[in-house]
Amino acid sequence: MLLTITTTYQPATDLGYLLHKNPARLQSLEITGGQAHVFYPEATAERCTAALLLDLDPVGLVRGRGNGEGFALEQYVNDRPYVASSFLSVALSKAFGTAMNGTCKDRPALPAEALPLAITVAVVSAPGPDWPRRLFEPLGYTVETETSSLDPTQPEWGNSSYYTLRLRHDGLRLQDVLTHLYVLLPVLDNDKHYYIDQQEAEKLLHRGGTWLPQHPERGFITRRYLRYLAAMVNPTLARLLEGTEEELPEPEVSTVDSASPRVEGSEQESTETVSPQAVLPDEATRGLTESTVQQPRLSLHDQRLQQVAHEIYQLAPKRVLDLGCGEGKLLRLLLRQPKIEFIRGMDVSHQALSRAAQRLHLDELSPRQRARIELIQGSLLYRDERLAGFDAAALVEVIEHLDENRLAALEAVVFAQARPAHVFVTTPNADYNQLFEKLNAGEFRHDDHRFEWTRAEFAAWATGVAERHGYQVRVVAMGDEVEGVGAPSQMAVFGLA
Amino acid sequence: MPQDTLKLPELSLILLLGSSGAGKSTFARRLFKPTEIVSSDVCRGLVADDENDQSASGDAFELLHYLVAKRLKRGLLTVVDATNVQAESRKPLVALARQYHVLPVAIVLDVPDAVAHERNAHRPERRGMGPHVIARHRQDLRRSLRNLRDEGFRHIFHLRGVEEVDAVQGILRDRLYNNRKEETGPFDIIGDVHGCYDELLALLGDLGYQVEAEPVADVRDLGIRVTPPAGRRAIFLGDLVDRGPASPQVLRLAMSMVRSGAALCVPGNHDIKLLRHLNGKKVTANHGLAETLAQLESESDSFKGQVRQFLDGLVSHYVLDGGKLVVAHAGLTEEMQGRGSGAVRAFALFGESTGEIDEFGLPIRYEWAREYRGRAMVVFGHTPVPDAEWLNNTIDIDTGCVFGGRLTALRYPERELVAVPAARVYCEPARPLNYRAAQLAAAGAAAEGDLSAQHQQDDVLDIRDVTGKQFIETRLLRGVTVREENAVAALEVMSRFALHPKWLLYLPPTMSPTETSELPDLLEHPAEAFAYYQKLGVERVVCEEKHMGSRVVVVLGKDEAAIQRRLGLTGEGIGKCYTRTGRNFFTDKNLETAFLARLRDALTTAGFWDKFSTDWVCLDAELLPWSAKAQELVKNQYAAVAAAATAALPQVEAVLAEAAARDLEGAEALLARTTARRQAAADYADAYRRYCWPVHSLDDLKLAPFHLLATEGKTYFDRDHAWHMETLRTLALADPGLLRATPYRVVPLGDPSEVESAIQWWTDLTAAGGEGMVVKPYDFIPLNARSLLQPALKCRGREYLRIIYGPDYLLPGNLERLRQRNVKTKRNLALREFALGVEGLERFVAGQPLRRVHQCVFGVLALESEAVDPRL
Repeated sequence: MLLTITTTYQPATDLGYLLHKNPARLQSLEITGGQAHVFYPEATAERCTAALLLDLDPVGLVRGRGNGEGFALEQYVNDRPYVASSFLSVALSKAFGTAMNGTCKDRPALPAEALPLAITVAVVSAPGPDWPRRLFEPLGYTVETETSSLDPTQPEWGNSSYYTLRLRHDGLRLQDVLTHLYVLLPVLDNDKHYYIDQQEAEKLLHRGGTWLPQHPERGFITRRYLRYLAAMVNPTLARLLEGTEEELPEPEVSTVDSASPRVEGSEQESTETVSPQAVLPDEATRGLTESTVQQPRLSLHDQRLQQVAHEIYQLAPKRVLDLGCGEGKLLRLLLRQPKIEFIRGMDVSHQALSRAAQRLHLDELSPRQRARIELIQGSLLYRDERLAGFDAAALVEVIEHLDENRLAALEAVVFAQARPAHVFVTTPNADYNQLFEKLNAGEFRHDDHRFEWTRAEFAAWATGVAERHGYQVRVVAMGDEVEGVGAPSQMAVFGLA
Repeated sequence: MPQDTLKLPELSLILLLGSSGAGKSTFARRLFKPTEIVSSDVCRGLVADDENDQSASGDAFELLHYLVAKRLKRGLLTVVDATNVQAESRKPLVALARQYHVLPVAIVLDVPDAVAHERNAHRPERRGMGPHVIARHRQDLRRSLRNLRDEGFRHIFHLRGVEEVDAVQGILRDRLYNNRKEETGPFDIIGDVHGCYDELLALLGDLGYQVEAEPVADVRDLGIRVTPPAGRRAIFLGDLVDRGPASPQVLRLAMSMVRSGAALCVPGNHDIKLLRHLNGKKVTANHGLAETLAQLESESDSFKGQVRQFLDGLVSHYVLDGGKLVVAHAGLTEEMQGRGSGAVRAFALFGESTGEIDEFGLPIRYEWAREYRGRAMVVFGHTPVPDAEWLNNTIDIDTGCVFGGRLTALRYPERELVAVPAARVYCEPARPLNYRAAQLAAAGAAAEGDLSAQHQQDDVLDIRDVTGKQFIETRLLRGVTVREENAVAALEVMSRFALHPKWLLYLPPTMSPTETSELPDLLEHPAEAFAYYQKLGVERVVCEEKHMGSRVVVVLGKDEAAIQRRLGLTGEGIGKCYTRTGRNFFTDKNLETAFLARLRDALTTAGFWDKFSTDWVCLDAELLPWSAKAQELVKNQYAAVAAAATAALPQVEAVLAEAAARDLEGAEALLARTTARRQAAADYADAYRRYCWPVHSLDDLKLAPFHLLATEGKTYFDRDHAWHMETLRTLALADPGLLRATPYRVVPLGDPSEVESAIQWWTDLTAAGGEGMVVKPYDFIPLNARSLLQPALKCRGREYLRIIYGPDYLLPGNLERLRQRNVKTKRNLALREFALGVEGLERFVAGQPLRRVHQCVFGVLALESEAVDPRL
């Protein structure tokens, strides 16, 4: 991948002094993952262009990583050698470190001078064509992008998400330009920092220095970094999902927890447009904003959890099950209730469970508290004696993640075999979907939803389950009700008859 | 007269009783295997580093009891070497014996105090032990002797004095009566007869037994002689008597058969009640006993005496055929099989009831068979059912003859049912035979009622069968281990993405490539595959063209009824086409339905159903094009890489050309390299494009089946690959628009010219853009001596490998490094997955419960998550 910096500052060849690289020579240096070459395709007094060419070694990149540790097959064939990524940032700091720090031995005043500069990057990968503009225009650049078709033999596939990026600025210190590129190019890139270690990634964000806090997209920029830092892709699972179109579940931003509940909220909208596969649970992933609700204080998901937790306390249960506990948000609420003696959280995702263990700080709990909670991997489709003997069980937004024809198994496992005294089942209300602006008719709120039921469908299912297994049931709305379509979510509350 | 041999049941818990210094340890070491002895001193040493630390006794005995329990659970004779002189120390041990249905035995070593004291004095660690200790032990022992029988000991040996102790030179281990493992059958197992003599005669006739009258010369003669078909033997499951019209005749026949060795018989609860009556006990003559007693009145006392003797000699259950078959009147749980205790006998006779009473006033029976997971097939009766049905390798064959049903026999090992209808209703049942079906129908659960008991049970599997470390016995490899972390990953995939487990009969194994070729510009070449097999003694291989599509397994029924009957799935269509991870291949329901219907029609046209006498089939196939399933992947990953390269590299070339024009040293070389990379990216794009074409309709899909895996009652692992290829080629003719025959050739490895032309075939194939070929030994299950060989090796073409190793893989400096790859792990995995795949399908075809099939399928999925270079 290629970065060129052109200036018409007079004399233009001063660019060589600034960059601390001789225009008459092609210099090569070793960098993480391959080589960087610095050279000047043109170097006249009127106009001078410096080029930084990254020659990544595709074989070397993936070697020495054990037996395919952490890689699905397709990751071996990747765009890294062609695309500006965190590798380019590393190369920038290595090749132009002096310039980035604003020092120039031979022309000490030069770094402080604002220069007319033109930058070309071939190519960047961006989540959408407007993103280069949103990132660079606030910093005073004129931005142009150019793209081409994904595959000229398959016109119906449309354009690729690779862009040649051209930036212009009438007068800016070279130091600033380099820093902007250093921080923002990896942000544009589609998160594929596979090969850069964590320390490097932390350094990147650090360079944001003074300008990032004023940047209108600072939320997006920091989240992109944080997401990488929090990511712990489960290599074992990744291999199994290989060749499927499904993205691995993304980790949640670590700053999103009860301490600062609205970190995600303020940026929710921007995330949605940019990154459909993003990190937020449920509705947020589909970019849903409720047209009827101005500024919800809590996300739909959190509201639901609070309501379920509240209903559970009312029963004063001693032993509670959270089936499909995910990262443990409901478990946290339940743990706060000292009268609940024992809580067992189950999820099918090992990854979710380890994150739940972290977020609940299980390692730091006192022995007494620790004994109150247990996390187990399990599946609602397999009979499991560990689920027997509970006063209450919650299945919050779980059933819609199962194929409809597997619900019979879930029903048998939960209602016929485990038989908790009370069961709380929540699921989205499909009647309400018309209020989501970005949801087309027939679409679901989440990629992994296998179905979404209307109030009538859910009630029919719940009644059937109750009849077949000797429970009584009532179905309640969850969230603010809107005339004609009900509330966003619905809950069936079962009690042993 | 001192005994020199002690006779004990082969499975017993032996308590040695005696004071300190009585010589228990020496006695135990002399007569039992070291591993059979669990010693309190040793346990004390283990928990306290000091065998005499009395403060450690609590922990030591906890450990001792734990060890004893583990051994008894596993069915091993165990000797407890502790003083055991106090009732409270024996009590937990007797309880353990009861819990594991093992007979408790007491051997008392009763030696004079002086001897004991003298011995202790010679043992430095016991020198501190005062004479009062031994005296107290003896006192306790005295008191104990009287009570041992009441405590539950059935065998008590009291060895008085040193001489008697020393006289014992051996232990004779008596086989349990129920152990008939050496009898391998074949058997004809007959359900509850209840005095239905005519039906019994008819059934025996159908089974090929000859029944003749025999002259009666002696009061002991029964007047009947039964000759079984050669080599066969009948087994009566008990309840010969009561309710029916001719209980004495049935007894006479059964007794004669048992006496002559033509039959075995286990007792039923009715038989035992009759025995109690004959023994003079007071019993209520209800539930049909009155009829039996009336019928017996005309019989001689001698006959009644013989009946008494016969019934008294019956053993609660039998374990037969190396442990593969268990017969008991009311069935038997796994823990009780081959064990002896009152509880075992009671269960075998009566089963277990939940303590509740049903609407007909009958006790509700605990359905032990629902939870049965044992290895042995259990054949039982006792509870009349409308039809004999398999459930978890158990079967109740009491089809209520006396209530007007049928008298049923199970032929073992054939698993065939033979039945004769009752001539009439001899007794009105308190609960109608078909009450359960009637109940279901009333509840509107007709659909479920249509499924067999096994299919209903298989609707939900148990998590214990798949989680944690698994060790799966297979026919081809002795045991395949699945590690816990792999099972963890598989559970998620299976739960979130896979089809209903009932569809998943088989998952295909992974396949290793050839060893790396040393030829220029190539990573893989057929020569290595041929050399590999030739070296292992394979004479012929089959080379099959490899289609670049998606690997699928097709399970297809002739109609929905076939799927319901065989798989126990309703309303899920006539078949499924699923991927290597058990996911449905299709996301478009209409396309799926059309595809399966057309495939079914093709099979019908080809006369497949009749030819293979089946109504379902399981095929291993490749479904093309690759882009049909992998469209998103192709776009987001493969096409994207080409697009990025095509966008970036020309710009790099342009600036490098300018730099070269400025004569910058090194620019020229970089330019040349960049041009080569641009060309490589173009070749790479050509490579993936070959396997992509748009799928607008069914006509754009092609299925290339290459293994006929299974049909009703059969797998085809015993057929060679040429047979599979030819069979499927014929099939493909039925619908060439949908089905694609796989080009193949058989190559005798000893013929260099054939080998050469096979290599040429591959070269031409891959030069034209083909993916490559798969080389398989001629036999489906390739064995060398007794070890399993790789079932197949893939040999992929140079162009195709661009998709796997990336656009630049052939550039100077890259290929050399890529050659350093190791196929060992991959091959090991391929073998294990192959063994599991074959095992699972064989279990399915043999009619085993779903959990046994699913265990193998789940195992393959779990192994697939093991870390292996995915490019191999």
